Amino acid sequence: MTYLIQGRTNDWEVVIGLEVHAQIISDAKLFSGAATSFGAEPNSQVSLVDAGMPGMLPVINEFCIQQAVRTGLGLDAKINLHSVFERKNYFYPDLPQGYQISQYLHPIVGEGTVRLDMPDGTREIGVERLHMEQDAGKSIHDQDPNRTFIDLNRSGVALMEIVSKPDLRSPEEAGAYLRKLRAIVQYLGTCDGNMEQGSLRCDANVSVRPSDSDELRTRAEIKNINSIRFVMQAIEYEAERQVDVYETGGSVVQETRLYDSDRGETRSMRSKEDAHDYRYFPDPDLLPIDLTPEYVEEIEKNLPELPDAKKVRFISEYGVTESDAGILVAEQETANYFEEVALGRDAKLAANWVIHELFGVLNKVGKGISDSPIVADKLGNLVDLISNNVISSRIAKDVFEEMVAKGKDPGVIVEEKGLKQITDAGEIEIAVNNVIADNADQVKKFREGNQKVVGWFVGQVMKKTQGKANPQMVNELLLEKLKG
Amino acid sequence: MSKLTDLTIAEARDGLGDGKFSSVELTDVHIKAVEAARDLNAFVTETLDLAIERAKASDERRAKGKPAGGMDGIPIAVKDLFCTEGVLTTASSHILDGFIPPYESTVSQNLRDAGSVMLGKTNMDEFAMGSANVTSFYGAVKNPWYVNDGKDRVPGGSSGGSAAAVAANISLGAAGSDTGGSIRQPASFCGVVGMKPTYGRCSRWGMVAFASSLDQAGPLTRTVRDAAIMLQAMAGHDSKDSTSSTEPVPNFEASITGEIKGLKIGIPSEYRIDGMSSEIEGLWSQGVEMLKDAGAEPLEVSLPHTKYALPTYYIVAPAEASSNLARYDGVRYGLRVDAETLDEMYETTRGEGFGQEVRRRIMIGAYVLSAGYYDAYYVKAQKLRTLILKDFSDAFKKVDAILTPTTPFAAFAIGEKMDDPVQMYINDVFTVPSSLAGLPAITVPAGLSNEGLPLGLHLITKPFDEETLFCVADVLEKLVSFHTKPSYLSKDAR
Repeated sequence: MTYLIQGRTNDWEVVIGLEVHAQIISDAKLFSGAATSFGAEPNSQVSLVDAGMPGMLPVINEFCIQQAVRTGLGLDAKINLHSVFERKNYFYPDLPQGYQISQYLHPIVGEGTVRLDMPDGTREIGVERLHMEQDAGKSIHDQDPNRTFIDLNRSGVALMEIVSKPDLRSPEEAGAYLRKLRAIVQYLGTCDGNMEQGSLRCDANVSVRPSDSDELRTRAEIKNINSIRFVMQAIEYEAERQVDVYETGGSVVQETRLYDSDRGETRSMRSKEDAHDYRYFPDPDLLPIDLTPEYVEEIEKNLPELPDAKKVRFISEYGVTESDAGILVAEQETANYFEEVALGRDAKLAANWVIHELFGVLNKVGKGISDSPIVADKLGNLVDLISNNVISSRIAKDVFEEMVAKGKDPGVIVEEKGLKQITDAGEIEIAVNNVIADNADQVKKFREGNQKVVGWFVGQVMKKTQGKANPQMVNELLLEKLKG
Repeated sequence: MSKLTDLTIAEARDGLGDGKFSSVELTDVHIKAVEAARDLNAFVTETLDLAIERAKASDERRAKGKPAGGMDGIPIAVKDLFCTEGVLTTASSHILDGFIPPYESTVSQNLRDAGSVMLGKTNMDEFAMGSANVTSFYGAVKNPWYVNDGKDRVPGGSSGGSAAAVAANISLGAAGSDTGGSIRQPASFCGVVGMKPTYGRCSRWGMVAFASSLDQAGPLTRTVRDAAIMLQAMAGHDSKDSTSSTEPVPNFEASITGEIKGLKIGIPSEYRIDGMSSEIEGLWSQGVEMLKDAGAEPLEVSLPHTKYALPTYYIVAPAEASSNLARYDGVRYGLRVDAETLDEMYETTRGEGFGQEVRRRIMIGAYVLSAGYYDAYYVKAQKLRTLILKDFSDAFKKVDAILTPTTPFAAFAIGEKMDDPVQMYINDVFTVPSSLAGLPAITVPAGLSNEGLPLGLHLITKPFDEETLFCVADVLEKLVSFHTKPSYLSKDAR
């Protein structure tokens, strides 16, 4: 399923590399003790260091180092025991120091891999590096017609920049990569992955080339895209734009572009000529980070089970299908929810109910699994009622709806509404006899060889028993009686 | 009893301890001295009311039998590079107009905690960039030493105000900072003791940064013992500064034993620079002889990369400065010169806010860090810095201390050496190498030039071996027996 853009002259392949900025989960900032919670009053979480006051010095928050190493290990990446913070120098009002402390020549994490499950098989996407850096503040332009205000709450917040190799070949792969990366950092507890709040931001490097070529052509960098959908749309637009440029005899220039989601297009922000010379050099206020192998091993020992491993286990342990397993592990909370439902029960049935019924409801009401109206324990009880033949699958759907509406335990609903399946052969036999006695024409049809009417008879019996009769017993009894 | 302003810190400490005078009395005479010496322009900001307040508090503590520390009640001056809570802090720059920090630097806090009484914030070269205290936005400082030629001499720099204040008996000691010689060179020019500890001994937190890998606070005093007492109050690990050392701080005063028998003193041949005056050469030889007479063993040592020290320094220091000074952008504090666009606001604010020397160093620093030049300049300078450090490590395998002149010449007249920055930079030729290597060093007044201006001798020891440094310096000080007072102190007779 190669993604190709059909041009007038030939087919074009898209080459994509993503740079993801992931905010590290940490109570304090990377180099100061100020808090990091989202949505606080402007400038209420700013230390003297974050405000770039004279004589203030950064001190590394060791927890952030641990988080970065953890993330590196989660990406199967090489951990660099020696890494260095450098200063990236540029002027901007929301950058109080006049430089951003970042890692440049010596990042804390080297090459790694992210595996994607695509419809046509597994794709391995290379990670080039992961480095730590501090975030800048925020410029607010819409509060005053003449002035710009600055909120420094984000100034100094710890970020990981995760840079992929240019291994992605379609918007779909880019989307899958971002979803997978988000799942990994969420599993690791190193980033909450919330793109709306800016905890996860993405820059996309996009270029195109003739489908029979291996060259890497000039790329454009689309900055600061804040949803997976927009990343995919931006890439699609940009790739087609570049194809058009080449096919009309032009050439693509290296530049920074931004994605306008309202218009669905990318626009030039600044060209290479206007690019900053950041004058990187090692930050003399900070010592290099030197880790011991033992330190890294200790973190590795405490890594949680990650999506790929969990998927394999779900397939072998619960016997769910590969595609169901993929869906269940995509988010850690879903995986945990499923395991709670499935444990000691019919796991395939559990997977079915989670994926088809529960997800359906969640999508309808626009909630995540953490806000699910049905807790895992109760959904488990419902699965039990079905497995134990207390209710039929058909009735279970009604019970499920009642659970969504009222949040009650399924057992209670079944009791209250008297929905228990009828398994008493005598009771079913009476219903069957009545239906046969009342419908001599239909019986005649059957006896003349029309098998299809059996379904109709079943429906009639179910109707008489308000759907509660055990369908299998109804079937057997009906056939027996009809054959006379 | 001599005049209270003539005392050393040690004498004042004893006098306060014995109840011979109170801190308020001691402070009061110093306040009068500050007021009487305003023509020197040693202070950017006087904090005389605050001084009386702190002196009273000191006397109260002492009355309760609970003095705060080794410097309780002692009036001192603080270089305007240290952020002081509630007190204007300018680094002698226009760009920090009206900047009153809501915080106290670790060093000045330590000095407060030790009970000292701050008389004011001393004048300095702008952002500590200079060797003559002529780059200050608040005007040049006059050296209390002069000769009868009608010309005012520079006090040296960048801690020129601190050195002048101590030399003119305005304060008993002063806190300074040294990046390439900014304590030692002015101390030498003003005939006082100036000491730069090992990089990391004193916290840099709250000290306006010039070149982070070189900046180090230290004391300027009238005696070596006073420097030991004052450094004791200033030094110590600070978790707010990642480059602050966790080495235990020894009792510096106790290291002054008067005993240097058997110590090996290195004499680096590379410090005999071209055009060195015979008076400096003579002073140096005299110092060697004196230490030899006291039982030390002089040894020639080689520091082969010495000639690269100044060029290396003038790449590393401006590079760091260009980045450290980026925060002065008119956005949050200090001077803002409004303009139409943001970029213009940056340009006008920084153009007007920084003086010529600061702008020069920012330009040099930005240049050596820029794409295409970084490897040729910055990376090469870092390699040389490593070699210079290795020179010293090798030498200290053979010797316990190194003796050199402090400066290549005595104080010059205000206005001289202004045309060519390189001439100005040569002031620090003997102090820069130990700065690059992060080593402790001290200057001791050792004699007068032919003109009658003070000259200093300079001692350097291994990292964190301030004890040997103080010990040898004290012996040298006693042997030199330099008791000439600056001309300014006899100005009543003038």
